[in-house]
Amino acid sequence: MRKKSVLEFTLNGETRAVLCEPQQTLLEVLRDELRLTGTKEGCSNGNCGACNVLLDGVLVNSCLILALEVQGRTLLTVEGLARSDGTLHPLQQAFLDHAALQCGICTPGFLLSAKALLDEHPLPTESQVRFWLAGNLCRCTGYDKIVRAVLDVARTQAAQPPSVSATPV
Amino acid sequence: MQAFDYHPVSTVNEALALLAREGAGARLLNGGTDLLAQLKEGRRSANHVIDIKRIPELSEVRELQDGGIWLGAAVTCRTLSHHAVWRERFPGLHDATHLIGGVQIQGRATVVGNLCNASPAADSIPALIVHRVQVCIAGPSGLRRVPVEGFCTAPGRTVLLPGEVVVALEVPPPPAEFGAAYLRFIPRNEMDIAVAGAAVAVELGGEGSRFQSVRVALGAVGPTPLAVDAIGARLAGRPVAEVSLDEIASLARAAARPISDLRGTLAQRRHLAGVLTVRALRVAIDRARRSVTPPPLSPPL
Repeated sequence: MRKKSVLEFTLNGETRAVLCEPQQTLLEVLRDELRLTGTKEGCSNGNCGACNVLLDGVLVNSCLILALEVQGRTLLTVEGLARSDGTLHPLQQAFLDHAALQCGICTPGFLLSAKALLDEHPLPTESQVRFWLAGNLCRCTGYDKIVRAVLDVARTQAAQPPSVSATPV
Repeated sequence: MQAFDYHPVSTVNEALALLAREGAGARLLNGGTDLLAQLKEGRRSANHVIDIKRIPELSEVRELQDGGIWLGAAVTCRTLSHHAVWRERFPGLHDATHLIGGVQIQGRATVVGNLCNASPAADSIPALIVHRVQVCIAGPSGLRRVPVEGFCTAPGRTVLLPGEVVVALEVPPPPAEFGAAYLRFIPRNEMDIAVAGAAVAVELGGEGSRFQSVRVALGAVGPTPLAVDAIGARLAGRPVAEVSLDEIASLARAAARPISDLRGTLAQRRHLAGVLTVRALRVAIDRARRSVTPPPLSPPL
C-alpha cells in the first residue's frame, strides 16, 4: 500500500477533504470512502456509463479517473441533482413520469449524461439525445422511454420563461 | 488496481526527469481512458504514473501563422469538437476526433493518447496520416519530429524510445481546394471500436475537376494503420470525372492486410476497406469543392 494523500475538491457544492491512495479511482473514493453510492460501478472500463459524473461541467467516466486527478476541481454526482429540500431535478422527475427506468442501476449515469446534454444543447434533436446517451448502457428499458423523458424536459423548459425554468446546480 | 505513486507534473522537463529516473516502471497518464483500463486489467504495469495534463502548454491548441495547428498532447477530443477552426479546416480529423468513444470518453481522451496507444483500429490515426501530421517528441537529447505514418510499428508499439514524451502534433495548413473525410464501420450507431476505417484527403485543381494529390489511409485492416500510396499514385493529375470507383475499391482491398477476430472476419474487413475508401473519397471530393465557398458551420452534436 502506498502513502495516502489528502484530496480536496468541491463535491455537489460543498468543499470535501478525503484521504485516498494514488491508485484509487474517483469512483472508488466516491463509493467506498465518501459512501456516496449513487454513482454506480458497471463495467469499470469506460463502456457502460453507469459511473458518469460531471467534472468541472464535463461528462466523464469516474471509473477511468484517478481520485487524485480531481484535486481542487468541482464535481457533480447524482446526489447533487435534487434540491436540498428534496425536490427532484426535472430530469429525475421526468424519468419517473415516463417510467424511464426499471432496475435503476444505469439511471444515475443517464441522468448525468442527460444533464450534460441539456446544459450544452437546451433543445436537442432526438438524434442529439441518442448520440449523447450512446455511452450509457441500459438492459431494461430499450432506451425509448429514456429518450422521451429527456426530450420532454427540454421541451418543457423551453416553453417556460427563464425565471421559472431555473434548476438547481 | 495495482499500487503506484502518482506524479502530477507541471513541466515537460519534470516528466522527462521522472521517466529517466524511474525507467520502465514509469507510465505517462494523459486522458487515462486506455492506460487506467489496461492497468486494471493487468495488461500493463506501473510503479509510477506521471500525469502530464497539468503541463499548461500541453492543453493548448495553437493556430499557427501559416494556417496550421499545433495541438498540445493533453487537448481532449471534446475540446476539439468545440473548436471551429478544427471542424471547418481539418474535416478528416474532426470526423475522427468527434466519434472516438462516447461523449464521456471524449471529455477525457486525447488525440495523442489515441496515437500512442497504437491500436490498429485507432480512429484518429488514418485521419492524422492523410492530413500529413508530424509527431513532436521530447526526449533526453531534445526534440524530434516523426511523420504519423511512421509512428506505429506494431499493435501497441511505436517508435517512441524509453524516456521520450509526445508533446504535440503539428498539423500542416490544408492547401486550397482541400477536402478530407474519415469513415468507419461499427455494428452500433455510435461508440464502438472500428471493424474497419478509411480516411481520404484530396487536393483538387481546375475548379474541382482534377486531382492534384490524394492520400488514403486504412484502419483496423492491418497490424498498424496503413497508408495506401497506390491510390494516390493512381489518381494524382487525373480528371475527377474519369475515376473508376471500382478500381479505387479494388486498390484499397489489395492494400488491406486484415485478420479475423471477434469484431469481424478477414473477408468482411477486406470488403469494407473498399467500400469505406470509396465513400470517404466521395465525401472528401464534395468537401474540397465546397471548400472554395465554405458552407455555414453546422453546430456540433
